[in-house]
Amino acid sequence: MVHWSAEEKQLIASVWAKVNVEECGAEALARLLIVYPWTQRFFSNFGNLSSPTAILGNPKVRAHGKKVLTSFGDAIKNLDNIKGTYSKLSELHCDKLHVDPENFRLLGDILIIVLASHFGRDFSPACQFAWQKLVSVVAHALARKYH
Amino acid sequence: MLTAEDKKLIQQVWGKLGGAEEEVGADTLWRMFHAYPPTKTYFPHFDLSQGSDQIRGHGKKVVAALGTAIKNLDNLSQALSELSNLHAYNLRVDPPCFALQFLAQCLQVVLAVRLGKEYTPEVHSAVDKFMSAVAAVLAEKYR
Repeated sequence: MVHWSAEEKQLIASVWAKVNVEECGAEALARLLIVYPWTQRFFSNFGNLSSPTAILGNPKVRAHGKKVLTSFGDAIKNLDNIKGTYSKLSELHCDKLHVDPENFRLLGDILIIVLASHFGRDFSPACQFAWQKLVSVVAHALARKYH
Repeated sequence: MLTAEDKKLIQQVWGKLGGAEEEVGADTLWRMFHAYPPTKTYFPHFDLSQGSDQIRGHGKKVVAALGTAIKNLDNLSQALSELSNLHAYNLRVDPPCFALQFLAQCLQVVLAVRLGKEYTPEVHSAVDKFMSAVAAVLAEKYR
């Protein structure tokens, strides 16, 4: 079980309280598809992904980004059982979606950059540390049921 | 790897730092040591407390090296040749493909913090590619 200090929990919660899940989620997913174009392989039915502008404006990307970040919210509500929270999603990403777990790390890092650009100096080093830990734990949990 | 557009964006972004290079360097290193404790293993001889002169000094060096690279985007191998030797034969930091990721991530966070919305997906992509290219050059002579 992952140990979270009171400070880490507070830093995660205080940032999360200010996050617009729809906007941040959409932006994080769009950046994944823009900065690491090979990730588009998982979204061949999403329509126009031909340019950064197309990706940023793509409604399917926005909707899916929102879905993904909403799921992050579940992890935050269950910091003491992220493994359990993501058990089914892990199986899904392995058995049905066939996503290389490396992509979870990429998305996690991108989410952090998105938060940094939104919150500026409020996204302190301590904040970054807590969130890097969170995205790493989430990535591990999502990879856990792979076989 | 780096398109003409990427090069332009990277130079523009660096231009926006206007004199804050030392602070960017120190902030980047501090975040890296804080978020990725294993990176501290390469600096047992440093005072790694926040605001330490050594972190500031080293951060300034790192950013200056990146600045040199940015002025020589068409010939990174040559521009970073000395540093490539240093990392391969002296420092032997875990091959930059791995270790530099953490530095690159923290640099991106610092740039995003400073530039906010100006740190667009296109700029993000260009900087990410640039840092990958730098890592590749630094790793060239490892074996």
